[in-house]
Parts: sequence; C-alpha cells; structure tokens
Amino acid sequence: MNQPHTTDVPTVYLDHSATTPTHPDVVAAMLPYFTEHFGNPSSLYRLSNTSREAVSTAREQVAAALGANAGEIFFTAGGTESDNWALKGVAWARRNEGRHIITSSVEHHAILHSCEYLETQGFSVTYLPVDRYGMVDPSDVEAAITPETALISVMLANNEVGTIQQIEEIGALAHDHGICLHTDAVQGIGHIPIDVDVMNIDLLSLSGHKFYGPKGTGALYIRDGTDIDTFIHGGAQEKGRRAGTENVPGIVGIGAAIERVTKDIPGHQKRVGALRDMLASGITERIPDSHYNGHPNKRLVNNAHFSFPGLDGEALLLMLNRRGICASIGSACSSGSDDMSHVLRAMGVPAAHGRSSLRLTLGDDNTKEDVEYVLDVLPQVVGRLRDMAIF
Amino acid sequence: MYNETVMDHFEHPRNVGDMEDATVVADVGSPECGDRTKLYLKIEDNVIVDVSFKTLGCAAAIASSSKATEMIKGKTLEEAWALTNMDVVEALGGLPEPKIHCSVLAEGAIREAINTYRKDQGLVPWE
Repeated sequence: MNQPHTTDVPTVYLDHSATTPTHPDVVAAMLPYFTEHFGNPSSLYRLSNTSREAVSTAREQVAAALGANAGEIFFTAGGTESDNWALKGVAWARRNEGRHIITSSVEHHAILHSCEYLETQGFSVTYLPVDRYGMVDPSDVEAAITPETALISVMLANNEVGTIQQIEEIGALAHDHGICLHTDAVQGIGHIPIDVDVMNIDLLSLSGHKFYGPKGTGALYIRDGTDIDTFIHGGAQEKGRRAGTENVPGIVGIGAAIERVTKDIPGHQKRVGALRDMLASGITERIPDSHYNGHPNKRLVNNAHFSFPGLDGEALLLMLNRRGICASIGSACSSGSDDMSHVLRAMGVPAAHGRSSLRLTLGDDNTKEDVEYVLDVLPQVVGRLRDMAIF
Repeated sequence: MYNETVMDHFEHPRNVGDMEDATVVADVGSPECGDRTKLYLKIEDNVIVDVSFKTLGCAAAIASSSKATEMIKGKTLEEAWALTNMDVVEALGGLPEPKIHCSVLAEGAIREAINTYRKDQGLVPWE
C-alpha cells in the first residue's frame, strides 16, 4: 500500500500467498552466482562448469521435493509461464488427438486466461463447478471427460481460500482415460507433501517466490513421455524445450528454497497450523457475523479467509495497513462494477460477503504475538467500519 | 493510491452517524458496485444547518461522503444542489481514476435528500 505506517505500529506480514521474503540462506546460496560464478552454463570453459553444476544441483533439489526425476524438471520464469506452457504446450502437441480441456472455475488467471486463449484457437474448455467450500467433485471431472479430452488441469490448492483439491483421485480418473493431469501447485509447495507418482500428476507448475525463493523463478515438472510442445523457442537450453540463458542465481535460489521448505512439512504444518487455528478461532469468537470461507479442514495450513458482511474489503485493508497489518482482499471496487473474485463467485458466496472478504496467510516468521496483535486490531477496525455503514 | 486528505477523511470521517431529528433522510445505492449512502439533513429556512451520513463503501466512497457533508453544511439548498461529484473530488485533492465513480454517490444522496424535502413541502422536484 502507498500510505506510510505511523512509526509506533509493528509490521505484521500476513500475505504469504501473495509473496514471501527470500530467505537469507537462499540469498547466500545465490550471491556467488551473480559474481564469481557468473559463467553461462552453455559455454565450454571451467567458469561455466560451476554454473552448469549449480543448475544441475538445483534440478535435483526440485525433483527430490516432488518425488520426480531430475530430467523431468524444467526451469521457467515463474508459475505463470509454467501454467501457460503446460496448457498451450499439451493442447498444441495433442491437437490432432483431441481439442478439449477440463479445468476448474477457481483456477488462477494464468490457467483461466490460457484456457480462454485456447478457446479462440479452436479448443473447447469445460470449467468445472465447485461446492461451497471451493472443492471440485472428482465425479464431475469424470462426467466431463470426452473422447476429445486432451488435458485436465486442476490446481492443488486455491490461492484465495486455500481449499486443497483431491488431486490423487482426479489424476487416477485422468489416467484411467489415458489423459494427462496438470496441477498448478504454486500455493502448495512447502505446505503439502507432494509425490507426483502417488498423486498421479503428469505436469506440475511451481513458483519460487511463494516458498521463500526469488521472484522470477519457477519450474514445470513434465513426466517423461508426456506430449508437450516447446513454448519458448530459441537456444538449446533445458534439453531444447525451454530456450533462454539460464537464470543461474535464480535457479540456485529456487533449488535451495524448495529443499528448505520441504525438509520438515509436518513440523511446519503443526507450527503454522496452530497459529492459523488461533487466528481463525479468535476472529470467529471476537467478531460477530464473521464467515470462514473455504474448506473447514482440507485447506492450506497457513490460510484464513473471512468475510465480514457490512463493510467494504478495500476499506478494511486500508485501515489494517495503517495499523501495520499486510493482508489481501478477494475483491475490489475498482471499475464501477462488482468485482467479486471468480473464486468466491464460483463458491456461491453472496455479494455482501464477497465484497467484505479478507485473506490472511501466515508464514515462517509469524509469531503468536503477531496473531494476538491482529486479534486486538481486527475486531476494532471491523467494528468501526460497520458502525459507519450499518443502517 | 490515496492522498493524505482522502485518508484523513476515511480514517476520521466528519459528520458520520445517524441523526434523530433530521428533516429529511435519503438512502442511495450504487447498483454497479453495491456502495450505499444514507444522508441526513436538518433544514431550517432553506439552509442545511446540520448534516450526517453513513456509508457502506470503499475508502473513496467514505471520504467523498465525509467531504461532501463538510461542503454543504451551512449552505442553502440551491448551493448544495449545485455541488457536483467533481467539486468533491477536487476538494479532496483528487481520487485515482478508477475511484472517481465512488464520489457520485455523495452527490446523488444530496440531490435525493433535497428533492425528497421539496416533495414533502409540496414543491416541484429539481432536475
């Protein structure tokens, strides 16, 4: 936000689903590759060997975090590129076998807008509904499959309300019909243990800055044997499938970051989950007419998403910002239209709830004191705005 | 996004609240974005002697309502009728372009209240 905080308030960052700070250990791992180890991995001298080996190590680190083979990991510039590549790459590669794609109505715009583009190119897309918790029913996936279906893409966990989808079941259905499954796992890394074999995943997108890695880094897991066209054409990098000189420091960073966040997922779930539960139950107890959105338990361990009918989400966010609390909203009055998010709309959330939504997403550095501060400030702010608005 | 004048009116809105002895009350909503303003006017001898409001809306809507009430307090009905949303925006030192529409609600509420009053008095509403 643009407004400066007053000097006597703490800063409590609760927007980890938007981005995370790059961890100091990750930064330390990256730094030499900006300076002394600056070689282009494609070159043939010793200076480049170090860079090439660093990229190789990072590939192994990402693969290990997913239960994949290193040869199945391709580095990209982020989750958006990975999503675009997965959808367009498979669609174009398999266009002679079928031109139908199945996805969900609550995907990130990187998926939805890619699907909309493909619809202009002669592909058809089924956008699956979700229940009131934001969950896709696997039986709806099966019902949507046609002989023309080339790809199913369902996110692992929702960026807004945190609902975790039944990817293993959806993947099994896909494989029963000989269709490959892509999952946008951008929000899930570090929060959910992932094994691409167990979960029947053929393509998986991830983004470094969501798990304490650098921005502008990502990867696409592509199961060996998956039909997919190249998306970025040029040189022979990434086995000729994704051109462009490797962002060596970034790749080193994403490797170090994913290794770090997947080292002890159960421990992370326990610690952050306790804070999230304290936050969610505290809000429910202290703020009348507060509504907890998303699935009651099948949700990202760090996500608390609420609606407070009787106020405007942007106004709430601004008041929280002035008190040092960084959070996010799911809708904004920005263009003279009701901009309720597509996720809340798909869940059937009423407009009054949608416009008053607040997403709080915790991270490694948050403390019990942070939660207590929010539980002190948030009820006051909600009360003030409602006093101004309730007729 | 918002300047300090807007933020001041948002955080510390003037004339906010209900008014039990209001002469007239207008309740105006924006179908586009769901914002809603309730405006109370106390009118004596064609002059707005007191005004208050309640708004469900974004910071721009709240700040615009607050500023507008300041601008019409003590004014004649003709002077208040002449106030436009852009007068309010200017008095606030500007709003981001996508938020300009949020100031229309205050103008609408003032005009609705004045015409409600005129109808109550058996007068022809202004256009």
